[in-house]
Amino acid sequence: MTESLFFFFASLTLLCALMVVISKNPVYSVIFLILTFFTISAHYILLNAQFLAAVNIIVYAGAIMVLFLFVLMFINTGKNVEGTMKRNVLAKIAGTVAGGLLFTVVVAALKDVTLGHPDPATFNSQVGMVENLGKVLFTKYMLPFQLVAVLFLVSMVGAVMIGKREAGEQNF
Amino acid sequence: MDSVVLIYKGIYILAIFGISLLIATYSTYFERKIAAFIQDRVGPNRAGPMGLLQPLADAGKLFFKEEFIPANANKTLFILGPGIAMLVAAMTSAVIPFGDTLILGETSFDLIAIDVNIGILYIFAVVSLGVYGLMIGGWASNNKFSLLGAIRAASQNISYELAMGLSLIAVLMLSGSLSLKVIAEQQAGFNWNIWYQPLGFLIFLICAFAETNRTPFDLPESEAELIGGYHTEYSSMKLGMYLFAEYINIFVVSAVMATLYFGAYNFPFMENLRNAFDDPVLGNNVVTILGVGVMFAKIFAFIFFFMWVRWTLPRFRYDQLMKLGWNILIPLAILNILLTGGGILLYDYFTQG
Repeated sequence: MTESLFFFFASLTLLCALMVVISKNPVYSVIFLILTFFTISAHYILLNAQFLAAVNIIVYAGAIMVLFLFVLMFINTGKNVEGTMKRNVLAKIAGTVAGGLLFTVVVAALKDVTLGHPDPATFNSQVGMVENLGKVLFTKYMLPFQLVAVLFLVSMVGAVMIGKREAGEQNF
Repeated sequence: MDSVVLIYKGIYILAIFGISLLIATYSTYFERKIAAFIQDRVGPNRAGPMGLLQPLADAGKLFFKEEFIPANANKTLFILGPGIAMLVAAMTSAVIPFGDTLILGETSFDLIAIDVNIGILYIFAVVSLGVYGLMIGGWASNNKFSLLGAIRAASQNISYELAMGLSLIAVLMLSGSLSLKVIAEQQAGFNWNIWYQPLGFLIFLICAFAETNRTPFDLPESEAELIGGYHTEYSSMKLGMYLFAEYINIFVVSAVMATLYFGAYNFPFMENLRNAFDDPVLGNNVVTILGVGVMFAKIFAFIFFFMWVRWTLPRFRYDQLMKLGWNILIPLAILNILLTGGGILLYDYFTQG
């Protein structure tokens, strides 16, 4: 059951991710990206990490992709994206070379990877639950957690600084 | 999971789905009746006794109207928009506990569709997806006013989701659990969260109004500035779907508020009533059934409150709306978290030290 579900969601994820790249209309790309996040959340649920699944939806599908959609709708690239994009041979060659190099790197990295095999006797299936996640974050990974919080604060202050109106500037 | 529980869950989910649709349908009727009462009119009274068949007449009218899709609209997304709005609205009620457990014979039945340990996060995730229905519909119409309405709706929803999430954190600090079932059980009797979280409830209430696009925050559809908002180009049942999704959202958000702050299915002296019966099973069942009634009474009270506000208060201006959300509600919500944390620490200090 779980295995067939995994293969179903995995193929769906790959399909949606491919459609993000293939779609001509950027708005379709964003919608397929949202679907990709949903299928990834399904994987999290299969791994018994419900908290991660919900947070993935809230943060990525609920907030970040809305902003993506926002920008795309404002600049309205839907209709004349074909005309503006330069389709010369050089760009095609560069794209192929870059993609091939990336593919090589991924293959090389995956060749030597060793999959972790958790011991079924000692494996705790509740490790992805909110309580356990919180305990680990606030004990074992306390310093990285706090540093990430500081990083967020810095980026937030930066965003406010950029968005701030200069003295004497009239925006509307 | 044995087949009895599985069949029961199926029936229960269908029943909750039907009930939310029914309540949303009759919300339209009561909205017009309450509006008429507040404005000293009669309201709908032609279809059926006291106009009770008015929602059916409205739905029939919407179905027979012309199905219009603008020539330059993106057809797929234009049809997808109201569908997403409706789907997302109907998904939310799955994790709300409408009652305690019913004991029939050997098995006990939980009156909750799915009891996940991330209940409140599930609601939050689904609510945050509601924006897509509006945005996709507004953009696919290929109309500037629709797009402006959609942008307004999206920025309003995102802004108020932040304050809503922050006000929820204070409740979660008190309960120590994300499961709505546990949160409901902790408020047994008259031990409701509203006594501990008055400020948090106020913030949540304001955000709930903004999230459901109700007056005084119904800027996405302010007809004086935007003709009609994100659904300007919609007609027939597609428009009906958008309006209907709004009423389902009101029902769901009322249920969430009742669960989080007003004790869900708990009512005062329920333990005394339970103990008054000699048979514990009978006592439990009587209290549970009364609890379901109490839950729905609370939900209806909130729905009435939504309508009362709609016909009493004028609409905000857009910059006022943003100022309220970012400059007032979010700092207040953070202050509420600090106060709650301090309160919990003080309580522990005095009870344990």
